[in-house]
Amino acid sequence: MSGAVAHDDHHDHHGPPKGWQRWLYSTNHKDIGTMYLFFALFMLFFGGAMAMYIRAELFMPGIQLASPDFYNNMVTDHALVMVFGMVMPAAAGMANWMIPMMIGAPDMALPRLNNLSFWLLPAAALMLILSILAPYIFPDGGTPVNTGWTLLPPLSVQAGMGMDFTIFAVHLLGVSSILASINIVTTILNMRAPGMTMLKMPLFVWAWFFTGLLLIAIMPVLAGAVTMLLFDRHFGTSFFDAAGGGDPILFQHLFWFFGHPEVYVLLLPSIGVLGLIIPTFSRKPLFGYKPLVGGMAFLATLGMVVWAHHQYTIGMSLGATNYFMIGTILISIPVGLMLLNFIFTMWRGSLTFETPMLFGIAIILMFSFAGVTGVMLAVVPADMQYHDTMFVVAHFHYALIPGAVFGLYAGVFYWLPKWTGHMYDERLGKIFFWWTTISFNITFFPQHFSGLAGMPRRIVDYSIQYTEFNVISSIGGFMFGLSHLLFLYIIFKTIRGGAKAPAKPWEGSQIGTTGLEWTLPSPPPFHSFTEAPVVK
Amino acid sequence: MNDRAAQNRKVMIRLGMVVAGMFAFGFAMVPLYGLICEVGGINGVAGKAGGRVADTAAFGVDKNRLITVQFDSTVNANLPWEFRPQTRQIQVHPGELASVNYYVKNTTDRAITGQAVPGITPWQVTKDFKKLECFCFTQQTLQAGEGKEMAVRFAIDPAVAAEYQTVTLSYTFMNTEQVSKN
Repeated sequence: MSGAVAHDDHHDHHGPPKGWQRWLYSTNHKDIGTMYLFFALFMLFFGGAMAMYIRAELFMPGIQLASPDFYNNMVTDHALVMVFGMVMPAAAGMANWMIPMMIGAPDMALPRLNNLSFWLLPAAALMLILSILAPYIFPDGGTPVNTGWTLLPPLSVQAGMGMDFTIFAVHLLGVSSILASINIVTTILNMRAPGMTMLKMPLFVWAWFFTGLLLIAIMPVLAGAVTMLLFDRHFGTSFFDAAGGGDPILFQHLFWFFGHPEVYVLLLPSIGVLGLIIPTFSRKPLFGYKPLVGGMAFLATLGMVVWAHHQYTIGMSLGATNYFMIGTILISIPVGLMLLNFIFTMWRGSLTFETPMLFGIAIILMFSFAGVTGVMLAVVPADMQYHDTMFVVAHFHYALIPGAVFGLYAGVFYWLPKWTGHMYDERLGKIFFWWTTISFNITFFPQHFSGLAGMPRRIVDYSIQYTEFNVISSIGGFMFGLSHLLFLYIIFKTIRGGAKAPAKPWEGSQIGTTGLEWTLPSPPPFHSFTEAPVVK
Repeated sequence: MNDRAAQNRKVMIRLGMVVAGMFAFGFAMVPLYGLICEVGGINGVAGKAGGRVADTAAFGVDKNRLITVQFDSTVNANLPWEFRPQTRQIQVHPGELASVNYYVKNTTDRAITGQAVPGITPWQVTKDFKKLECFCFTQQTLQAGEGKEMAVRFAIDPAVAAEYQTVTLSYTFMNTEQVSKN
């Protein structure tokens, strides 16, 4: 516990400033983490509302609610908001909160940069909202952003003003996550307490180390690609215009060079959270810590060089498609290793099933579904058939919702007692778990079938033989959406009160980890570890 | 503590250099991409694109087969030109030299430059469809109201698989002066 209490003698501020200044000028990792998390929570409902519109439109064949362009705009922004606005900020929020506490650092390495990387996000969100409104509020606004999140030219070159706002939003989101990643990697490399060697760090820290490196490598490429798009739109260049000597396929390569590693950016933080939750509730040290770290390094490296499996249908040579197919299938090795290590951690453990653990087990099961459909999609001849069908939609929602989003929910329940000092309502947590998991499966499982039957994705209308699957999907989707109101209620109820949480809220909190977060009281003081603790 | 701040700055600058390098990498791909595809021969299952001058002396004429070649034309919406093939379809032996004319007319009162982009269906034939001369090799400038005939001379390599008995050559004329807008 030494060093846990704030020492103010060489610090120029005494606890948090009051009012709005505390948040706007904040350089405190806990406050910035909190802001990240609330931002992500807001965007969850923003992106969720768009998903509700999409499911309402697809409830029946025909075009009921709005124009096809608006539908395509919602598909685009649902993806952008959920990926850049929700999952990445939520993961960054957890990194901000937990990494300094886990490695015994007084704060992030670059606290002012931290402030900037958060405050770019609301501006980016504003840009995204403007991109939706642009066709309606500007007299010559053009068509909505109807390209899908991949922003593929030539459609994205022709789209209206909204596309410019989308490009600026992507720029801001990119800069924000690059700065956050630089900060996190620097913190992990430089700010560890004496004795906290790299191989003693909790798995979550390792996961974010690789996530940060990935983001530093890939976000600038996306920023470059959308900059070229902007130039093609307004400055007469022809990077992607065949008539001017450019190549639209080049954009696809640049986008997916970013887009595929991005999947691991979304996934890895949740794998890190699982690496803490599974040992805690199995009351056993993590099985195979070093192989897991190595597996993550392998996954991150391999993930960088298999991007073109999103583009089998563009007409690459057989040699090139073969390479991307084999590389993609290889990815199942490190992912399988991770899931098996988690299962071995549970093996003969003394398991209890609190909400985080329920999510953890559900993730292992449901993420495996995505792994299986992922191997199907990786196989070139099969992918030619499945490409751009609802099967792909089912696949990546099984990958991203259990793989990334549920991992974050698990993290929220796992750390809420630490963050707020109150225990959440376990009964409500369990209701939330079963409600989301069941409704998630009702939503997305039928999409495997409608996709295999040939229903294309990203299209507002569909042939009537897909009606039943879509009705089931939509009902599940509405249930899934509604469940999040309970999530919101649980979070605010926990913030406002509840049973007092001890420093180690879980019986297995400290099992098999040298992480220092549990040595701090719940909630931790505003300044923690101002004197570096020593890890033995 | 100052030591640590200096250390932090060092790591930050190094990572920032990686960011700058990756940003440049994206732009470096603009010239490199085409080069990599060409050198590596990985651009397309169809092999070399059907827009290059070919050497037909290398192969003879296969009198035993006849291939129907159909001609098609499209004008991009932003190019106010008329564009049509003079001949809708011909039959050729593989290896036989053939020539067909397209007619193009600028219907506006100003000069415009366009570029025809070829496409061959089925795409598997692309590598065997050898063009010796084509208006698609260069940009075409038409004065106000000008109309002219343009030739494409080609031969189909006898190596083409027997299953392809009908081939469609289609051209899309694009306006090179303005990037397509709605």
